[in-house]
Order: sequence, then C-alpha cells, then structure tokens
Amino acid sequence: MTDTLTERWEAVCPQQRVEPERGVAALVDGTQVAIFRTYDDQLFAIENRDPIAGANVMSRGIVGSRGEAPTVASPLHKEVYDLRTGECLDVAGVAVRTFAVRVRDGMVEVSAT
Amino acid sequence: MKSLVVVGNGMVGQRFVEALRSRDTAGEWRVTVLAEEGRAAYDRVRLSAFFDGVSAEELSLHTEDSGVDLRLGEPVMRVDRQRRVAVTGGGEYPYDALVFATGSYPFVPPVDGTDLPGVFVYRTLDDLEAIREHAKGRRTGAVIGGGLLGLEAANALRLLGLSTHVVEFAPRLMPVQVDEAGGAMLRRYVEELDVKVHTGTGTTAIRPRTDGQAVHGLTLSDGSWVQADIVVVAAGIRPRDDVARAAGLDTGERGGILVDTACRTADERIWAIGECAAVEGRCYGLVAPGYAMAEVVADRLLGGQATFPGADMSTKLKLLGVDVASFGDAHGATEGCLDVTFTDPATRVYAKLVLSDDAKTLLGGVLVGDASAYPTLRASVGGPLPGPPLALLAPESDGAGTRSGIAALPGGAQVCSCNAVTKDQIVGAIHEGCADVPAIKACTRAGTSCGSCVPMLKQLLAVSGVQLSKALCEHFEHSRQELFEIVRVRGIRTFSQLVTEHGRGRGCDICKPAVASILASLGNGYVLDGEQATLQDTNDHFLANIQRDGTYSVVPRIPGGEITPEKLIVIGEVARDFGLYTKITGGQRIDLFGARVEQLPRIWRRLVDAGFESGHAYGKALRTVKSCVGSTWCRYGVQDSVGLAVALELRYRGLRAPHKIKSAVSGCARECAEARSKDFGIIATDSGWNLYVGGNGGFRPRHADLFASDLSTDDLVRYVDRFLMFYIRTADRLQRTAAWIEAMDGGLDHLRAVIVDDSLGLCADLDAAIARHVESYEDEWRATVDDPERVRRFTSFVNAPDTPDPSITFAVERGQPVPALGERRPVVLGLPTMGVSQ
Ligand SMILES: Cc1cc2nc3c(=O)[nH]c(=O)nc-3n(C[C@H](O)[C@H](O)[C@H](O)COP(=O)(O)OP(=O)(O)OC[C@H]3O[C@@H](n4cnc5c(N)ncnc54)[C@H](O)[C@@H]3O)c2cc1C
Ligand code: SF4
Repeated sequence: MTDTLTERWEAVCPQQRVEPERGVAALVDGTQVAIFRTYDDQLFAIENRDPIAGANVMSRGIVGSRGEAPTVASPLHKEVYDLRTGECLDVAGVAVRTFAVRVRDGMVEVSAT
Repeated sequence: MKSLVVVGNGMVGQRFVEALRSRDTAGEWRVTVLAEEGRAAYDRVRLSAFFDGVSAEELSLHTEDSGVDLRLGEPVMRVDRQRRVAVTGGGEYPYDALVFATGSYPFVPPVDGTDLPGVFVYRTLDDLEAIREHAKGRRTGAVIGGGLLGLEAANALRLLGLSTHVVEFAPRLMPVQVDEAGGAMLRRYVEELDVKVHTGTGTTAIRPRTDGQAVHGLTLSDGSWVQADIVVVAAGIRPRDDVARAAGLDTGERGGILVDTACRTADERIWAIGECAAVEGRCYGLVAPGYAMAEVVADRLLGGQATFPGADMSTKLKLLGVDVASFGDAHGATEGCLDVTFTDPATRVYAKLVLSDDAKTLLGGVLVGDASAYPTLRASVGGPLPGPPLALLAPESDGAGTRSGIAALPGGAQVCSCNAVTKDQIVGAIHEGCADVPAIKACTRAGTSCGSCVPMLKQLLAVSGVQLSKALCEHFEHSRQELFEIVRVRGIRTFSQLVTEHGRGRGCDICKPAVASILASLGNGYVLDGEQATLQDTNDHFLANIQRDGTYSVVPRIPGGEITPEKLIVIGEVARDFGLYTKITGGQRIDLFGARVEQLPRIWRRLVDAGFESGHAYGKALRTVKSCVGSTWCRYGVQDSVGLAVALELRYRGLRAPHKIKSAVSGCARECAEARSKDFGIIATDSGWNLYVGGNGGFRPRHADLFASDLSTDDLVRYVDRFLMFYIRTADRLQRTAAWIEAMDGGLDHLRAVIVDDSLGLCADLDAAIARHVESYEDEWRATVDDPERVRRFTSFVNAPDTPDPSITFAVERGQPVPALGERRPVVLGLPTMGVSQ
C-alpha cells in the first residue's frame, strides 16, 4: 500500500449512489474509474476501460462471484475480472488497473495517485 | 467448363446436385437436370404426410440455385453415347458426364383390371392427389401389398375415411422386414385400426363395376371377394433402367443399372445413383444408401476417390402408429445363429435378437411395438452385445440398459446410418466442444436426416466426459426450466432469496440475466426496480443495445412495420438533433446508433411524447412481428396481414423469454414477409391462417414447421399464446424455439399435443399467464422517463454528470456518424467447426 500521508483521495459521490452489486463510473484526475459495491458492502475500483474491447464500459457490467472472487463481467463480450486484483479470469495475461477506494463521512473516495 | 447432365430430380438426384454444387467451388461443372415429374424434388419418404395435411410445398426439397438448369416435365427418352447427348422431347443436351438418378417404378402384377379407373399406384405426389380426388364420396378401398408401402397406403385410405383391406401374398405383413411372430404382433395392431388383413393370398383379378366404368373389387386366390371403390397397388418396386438399357448399358440380374463401387457404369462418362443403380449387382430401396451414392459420385466428379461402402437395410418406421424396426440379419439367415425373443402381450411388444452361435455377437433383430432400443442395437450389429439381452429388449430400456449399451459400443460403430457418422466421430465432436444435440448435428450431420439416432446422441453426450450438466452455471445446479418452476411455485421474488435458498455464491453474468428474465416473465413489474436492476445485462439495464464503442442504439417499436409520416418525421428529427446514425433493420423498424448513456432519457422523452414505445430490441423478448402489406393493398393478398401483425405485436410486446422471439405475417402463400424464418410465422390462407413454429435466421438458418392450418384468428392467437408461454417456461437459457422443439421428446407432435389437445393439462395455466402479461404490460421507457429517480441512473460519471465520455468520438462515413475507434479491432467469435464425415 502507498503511504497514507502522500496519498491523495478524491471524493466521488455519496455512498448510497453506488447500489449493491452494481457499478458507477467516475472521472478521477482525468482517468475513468469504475466503482463497484458488492452484496456485503465492500467497495472496489478498477479502470473503466475494457482492456479487450477498448471501450469505457466496465462500470456497466454484471457484478457477481466466481468461487471466492468478487467479479465483474465486461458488458461487451462477457470476460470476467477479479475485482480484487483486476485480473481477467477468462483470458490469461489480461488485467485492468485497480484503485484503492474507501468511505469517509458517507462519501466514496478513490485514491488518485 | 464441362457439362453434367443429371437424369431425374428425385431425392437422390437432388442430394447429388446439392453435394456437387457445394463442393465445386471452382465451377468446373455446368449442371443440367432433366426431370420427368412436373415438380422439383420433394421428400418422397414423407410422402404420406400429404394426407396429414402437409402441403406439397412443405415436402419440397428444392433449393434455388442459379447455377443449375432444372428442366421439369422434360424426361430423357434416349441417351446417345456415341454423340454424348441426352435426348428429350425438347432437344438434345450434350454431356461430358451423365448421372442416372431415375429411381424406381411401382411393380404392377399382371392381373386383369389394373388399367381400370380407380386403380392407382403410390409413388408420386401426382399419384396421391389422384387418390385423394377419386376417394371423394367413396366408402371402401383395398391395397394390394402388405409391405412397408402397402401399409402406408392403407393408412392413407383410412385417413381418407375409407373402410380398408390389405391383401398380402406372403404369410405375414411386412415379410421383408419382420419375422412370423413380429408379423403377428403387427397384424393385431393393424386390425385394431379396423383395417382388414388378408395374408397368404394373392389377387387374381381386379373387377369392374357392371357399367365397366370403374373398379368394383378384387377376387383373391382363395376365392374370396373384397369390395373396393378404389384400389392401390403397392406390390413392390423395380429400378428404372429402361433408358440406360436402351443405350446399351448393362443391368443387374434383377434389374438396375449395373455400376461398380464408384457408382460408374462400364461407360466411364456415365454413372448411376439411388434406387435405379445396381451397385455390384445389388439395388437399394431406401434413401440413405442413395444419399451415400450421391456423395460418392459428387466426390468422383471433382477428382476424389470415394467408394460406396455398401449399406445395411436396417429400417425403423412408424406405420399406422406402430413402431417397427428391423436390422442386420433380421431373419436369422446366418448359419447356427441363436434367437432371443421377447413377447409381451400386455404391452404388445415383440422383440427378437439374432446372435452368433456362441451368443456373443449381435447379428440382427426385429422390434415391433416399441423400437426405442433400435439405435443402440443397430449400431451394435457385428459387435458384442451392449448388455444383457433382456435388459436391452424390455420396453423403456433407454434407462440403465441402453446406457450401458452405448458405452459398450465400439468406436467404429455407425450411430447415424443416414449420414454415415460413427460413434468415434461424434465423441470427437463432443470433446471439441459440442455440448448439445443441435451442436452435434451442425458439426457432424448426425441426426439430420431421419432423426432416429437423436436419442443416442443424447446418451453419448450423457456418457461422454463432458457431462451434459443441466446446471445453469457455478451458482445453480438447476436448469433454467427448474429455476423457473422453483421461482413460480415458491413465489420467489428476488435473486438474493433464490441464490441463498437454492444456489451458492453471488451469481454471474449467466444466471443473473436468466433469473431476471424469469422474474420478468412471471410479471414482477418494472425490470429496473430494486434488486432486479442489478441482475440485468447492460442492455436491459439501460434499455438500449450496447455497441462496440460503449454507446447504445435505440429502437422504437413500430408494430407490424406500419408507421405514419408524422412519426417517421419525429424519428428523423430526433436522430438529427442527437447526431445519431440511422439504419433500417431487417425487422421493419429503424435503429438509431451512437447514443451516449446520458442522452438516452432525453432521446426517449421526445420519442415517448410522440407516442413511441420501447421496441425491446435490447431484451430477450418479443422483437417484431414483421408483415407484408397484405390484402389491404396487395392484389394477391387474401387476409389483412398488417392488421394481424400489429395485433400480435401489441399483444406480446415486452414479453421476456429465454431468447429473443421474432415473428412475421404474410398475406398469402407468396410469403413476402418471410414468416417461415421466424420463431412463429403466420401465412394467410383463403380460409384463415397457417401457423408455423420454430424457424430462425442467424448462424443456423431453419425454416419453421407447419403447426396447424386454416386457423381462425381466435384459435391462432390461442395457440400462439400457449406456444410462447410453454416456451418461456420450459426452454433452456438462450435456447431459440427451433432448438427447444428439436430437443423436446416427441418434438412437434408433442408440442401439438400440449397446445392443441392439452395433453399435460397446462393450457388453462398458460392462458392465464398470458392474460396477466397482456393486462400488466407497461412501456418501460415511459415508466423510466416519467420518474426522475430512474432517470438518474443514466449518467456518464457520478461525479461529473454533464461530462460526456471523452473517449467516444465519431468519424463520418457516407454522410453519417460512425465510431472513430483508435484501433478498430475485429471481434473474434467462436465459430463452429465443420467436421468432414468421410
Ligand atoms: C410412400 C413411400 C414411403 C417411403 N418411405 C421410406 C422410408 O421410410 N425410408 C426410406 O429410406 N425410404 C423410403 N421410401 C423410398 C425412398 O423414397 C426412395 O428410396 C428414394 O426416393 C429414392 O430416391 P431416387 O432419387 O433414387 O428415386 P426417386 O425419388 O423416385 O426419383 C427418381 C426421379 O427420376 C425421375 N425419372 C425417372 N426416369 C426419368 C427419365 N427418363 N428422365 C427424367 N427423369 C426421370 C422420376 O420421375 C423421379 O422423379 C419410400 C418411398 C415411398 C414411395
Ligand atoms: S405475401 Fe401475398 S399478400 Fe403479402 S405482399 Fe406478398 S403477394 Fe402480397
């Protein structure tokens, strides 16, 4: 983890704007980020760009699980990604960037470093 | 280019031309087909279906091919081998190669009276039409011949309402296929249908009425008299070798154009295939060997080396509703062979296995009354018995018995004899990823002709390592159908409850949309409320179709393809104002592309205000009911096809299903709306509507099958209601209606029984479910744009709702916006592999 002191967090939206098992897109420092909330209220953030199709759509994928992993499926061609690591579980060697995300004072914050 | 002349356009001739044309990619051959009959090839095997109301068009095997010069009603009279021309009444046709596919003619025994009016043979559609015509107003009929054809003819006379007699010279019915005891069992079935059977007696004469104008009856060799107003002669067939013989070609001992295993005559330019050919002296009176010959000659003409491997004469038939099968050495002609027989008078099943003298090898057998073990047994001929004999023969043996049977089959055993596909080839296809029967069919052709091996394909799937698990995905062990029942019966209303109580994990992109569709089909209201929203695929979530660049397309409903100029103008204005690419779809509507998520509510506000509704192009739901202009304008139209299409589209709009549903209505038999390529298609007739089901375009195009004819509008709607609801309840996820019907035990007949005769007692339920749908329908887009809370979901960025996705940019092509993707990479789809089965 990055040193909390030098980390810059950007508040994105109120927590309830991210519905359980669904995602939203946000612009963080010019980068498109997809933020998801799982059924047990954990938050995850990954890059919104589908690395295979090249379109910014990941936030609109279906959230679920594969084995233990919380996942999201690309809405374009349904490749499934592990929300914790960004790793694509269907195509070896493909991954999306992940971002740290947390809730402070009811606001969802994404690490902008 | 070389010239190929094909003599005869029957089943085999047609298959041959198709096989050659599909492989002759270099265009080596120019093909001329000279046909005696006035209509193009049709399915002679199913000829009798004509009396069940199947029309001549539906029996047609004809495929449009501009590369083939098909000359109907122009029989070949002579072949001049010196000058290499085929001579017809219309001219001379030079050839480099000539293929005889002239089939057989019915054998008519030399007795008096066969030329009387009212005496017919049973070979062509013309024969059947004449029989039907003559039978009007008559009461009695007789068939000469108690074999396969004779029994089919007897059933036809029965269906025409005649009291029917069958006269067979041999001591039993179907003497070629079944043995004594099997014949006796068959006779009991047949007599129960009020058909009088006379065996062991010949016909000595056909007698006219006293006025000499028509047939009156038969005198039999035992002296008895059978009265008949109509007589059908079905006493066997003879190969049509007359033209070949006159050209100086050799014929077999018992007739047939003599050819070698390449199907070539002594003249290297002349070939013979199908029933007219005597391959090394032997003729084959079934279609499957003929198809194999067709493939051989197609291959040879393109330089291949294929040979005809011989064919077994195993048959499985349903005659007068009775299953009859015989295979291998059915009569126990092998020296020292042993019989195992099984007779059950209670279930009226007779079965016999013929085994080698050491009782280890299966040689052949006969089944009457229940032929479910036929596929396994036939494929085991020549090998070890696939299980204990009684377990194999006892009815309902497709439980444990045949299952162990299929596993014990040798790999080289032919599972599909029509298309010569072995067990090894099918198992290979399964290992390469074919996971269901339609996939195996597409990849190996097994099961695509007579269909009798389909149960075996299912068993092979079941026993192959690729367990045919019905589990939807890792979260549910149930099939979609089972989940549907669970949700329905237990009244479950949320995915969370379902997955907690009946599944595991948190779901995925497979089970969530499937459950969403089930909940929607069961009338759980607006699809984006509460938890339901999280189940939806992005298309359903944003009520639009996602495109490659992450934008969406918008399709307003245009019922029946009918639209006023005012509404057209609105669509044009919306497209212009939002900079959308517009395209007319195949479903007679207009698709607007390039809308960003945050634009969708504004676009729809305008459309809804102008009276448009969601077209559900994004949903697994009814899409369009396409129509031709019908009797309102068209000079050929016989019914108002547009009116019906609009009514149907409005009735079923928004109905969620396992897959998309398409439909069309044509105003007359010319079928301009292409209704037969739809899940349910309707074609107007003079007195009502014909309903077709199970068609689709796409990857594996398929014509819909006739479900019922001449329906009133009320009956039509009732049947469609039930068809759709039954499909929604019982189909697998993403299974189109065609595959659903194909996979159904009993197929179309079963479906008809469920929908028309209410054989499962479900109809009241299905009717009520549709009624609920019709009542509770609301336009999803209106419900969305009228509710600010719902509209809020349509944002580009939660923290910058007014900023459009900066990565979406457009270029201009032919005056319209198109995605300007940095790297436009083609999308790779999993294509089915075509196996070559020879
Ligand atoms: C009622 C019925 C039921 C049957 N059921 C079964 C079944 O269940 N299973 C099965 O395997 N088989 C069945 N058969 C047999 C099957 O139909 C034939 O094996 C198959 O049609 C043979 O195809 P073919 O092309 O060789 O001959 P055909 O289909 O008879 O075609 C030959 C064509 O050549 C034409 N012709 C003949 N001479 C000339 C000429 N000189 N010039 C131009 N054209 C000419 C004929 O008019 C005919 O159209 C059935 C047959 C009938 C009649
Ligand atoms: S199907 Fe018939 S009614 Fe409809 S447009 Fe064609 S010809 Fe006219």
